[in-house]
Amino acid sequence: MPTRLWTRIARLILAPLALLLFHQAAFAQVEVNVVGGASAPTPIAVPAMPTDTPVNTAAGPTDQLGRQLAQVISDDLKNSGLFRPLSPDVLRPVSFQQVSAPTFDYWSTTGAQALVQGFVKANSDGTLTVGCYLYDVFAQNELQRQGFVVSPGEWRRAAHKCADMVYTRMTGDGPYFDSRIVYVSETGPKTHRIKRLAIMDQDGANHRFLTNGQSIVLTPRFAPNQQTIVYMSYANKQPSIHVYNLGSGHSRELVSGRHLTFGPVVSPDGRWVLFSMAIGGNTDLYRIPIGGGTPQRLTNSPGIDTGGSYSPDGSRIAFESDRSGTQQVYIMNADGSNQHRISFGSGRYGTPAWSPRGDLIAYTHIGANFRIGVMKPDGSGQRLLTDSWQDEGPSWAPNGRVIVFQRTPRGSGLPQIWTVDLTGQYEHHIPTPLGGSDPDWGPLRK
Amino acid sequence: MPRMTSRLIIAAALVATAGCAKKRPDVLPPAPPSTPPAATPTPTPPPPQTGVVPGSKADFEQSVVSDTIHFDTDAYNVDPQSQQILDSQATWLKKYPNVHITVEGHCDERGTREYNLALGDRRANAAANYLIAQGVDSSRITTISYGKERPIALGDTPQDWAQNRRAVTVVLN
Repeated sequence: MPTRLWTRIARLILAPLALLLFHQAAFAQVEVNVVGGASAPTPIAVPAMPTDTPVNTAAGPTDQLGRQLAQVISDDLKNSGLFRPLSPDVLRPVSFQQVSAPTFDYWSTTGAQALVQGFVKANSDGTLTVGCYLYDVFAQNELQRQGFVVSPGEWRRAAHKCADMVYTRMTGDGPYFDSRIVYVSETGPKTHRIKRLAIMDQDGANHRFLTNGQSIVLTPRFAPNQQTIVYMSYANKQPSIHVYNLGSGHSRELVSGRHLTFGPVVSPDGRWVLFSMAIGGNTDLYRIPIGGGTPQRLTNSPGIDTGGSYSPDGSRIAFESDRSGTQQVYIMNADGSNQHRISFGSGRYGTPAWSPRGDLIAYTHIGANFRIGVMKPDGSGQRLLTDSWQDEGPSWAPNGRVIVFQRTPRGSGLPQIWTVDLTGQYEHHIPTPLGGSDPDWGPLRK
Repeated sequence: MPRMTSRLIIAAALVATAGCAKKRPDVLPPAPPSTPPAATPTPTPPPPQTGVVPGSKADFEQSVVSDTIHFDTDAYNVDPQSQQILDSQATWLKKYPNVHITVEGHCDERGTREYNLALGDRRANAAANYLIAQGVDSSRITTISYGKERPIALGDTPQDWAQNRRAVTVVLN
């Protein structure tokens, strides 16, 4: 894997040392308010990153890469809904020398509150170094800097890391741009739709298909190791759970036997796969070691128990059940004990997804429309974030502040991949080559 | 143009199912774009009476009231109309005891993915259990749930959804 080439360094660029010091009081004014959600996006300038000497690399000349890096960073920040990057015509070229000594007098006239500068440099060993600097334009000082060494093929990851640094420093929330989404690509008429597993960066770049479309595939989910994906496949007309290895491209069936198995998720410690199995018309939740073995039954109700999702510490499981008569969200301990209902309200509740921060559970609310909502793990504080014809299947970004889901506009018959932030005020469509459903947002990349 | 295509398909479908589709919903689905659905019986004109092999898939489709029963929203009970259909299937199946079948359970699109897989399994099993109760040996029957993955009606009206909530008996050749 190309990941090997990534040297995993958030290596600090050491020169010039003097500028590393910054003053807490001076940048308080550029903090981004993410709590109220009502504040306007923060204006930010992300000019093209200069290079010391233009050099041709496997990913193109470094001066061109400098422009592309700035664009990716700018798009990440814009798509978070919390930043408003200045338009390119306002951006003035930055020289290599100015990267660590910005012309604050100019930037303060642009309306930008924050400034992201950086450089790209080709190293003799074929790698690239990307420097990333964040400045407070009003206080005229540096807030943070980081450097990244990447193989040319992974230059976008350097941009995402830089955007993550800016986002984290200014919002106080965790990073999420350097992450991937696995989902089901859809094409063809509804009656015989072709479905393929696909993986992409969270911004839709580096898209690739993982299966060939010969069998229906559904509900892929990342394991914490980021190399394993569990999903459901109709291969050989025997719908069951499979385990896909991203490194080798190979799949294996996880649960043998003739029963329908579906809805897999991997436990946070990576040891178990929680899934649903239907026997004679009755669906319950089970778990099985990820290497295979004997399923252990966790629920035993005559209703449909499915849609399991682990709490981030692995101690509890949110799931949906219609044992009360309609689909509702329940919680139980990881061993199946202490099952109790948490969703009460009008309509039905399905597809619970526990936030990686642990504080909220996202769900699909089924009323006249299908909408994405969040509630606390005790069922209180329910808030609907979206309102569209059919929004379904939420999955959390690694920082627990953004949710990816599938949206099917009425009359289209073809789902798309969308995100919504926790305020519900900012939605974003992630571009995919074909239709897209069942998105799962993977962990922050290592 | 789409309208004309749609009329032609409807005409073809009416010919194909004449006399055996007592429980068809009032509104037929719009025209499928190109090839016929893979997982449902193809609406080709029926072969001439003389060419049908007894005990074959074609024989089954000609002999029974319908190969499909329908369900209410979120429901999986076999209502009296569906019982009539399954009775006719059971009668035929008992006549040909070596024939195996798959019962497919399907849902409409107005449900979440995993719940629909479970609901489709309920529907397939409800139909299968009824056939078993009528004397069809359980070893001859397999079930499969397609959830909302294989609709036959393409639109997003309540009439489309009613057609898609179904269990289909497929004779294995």
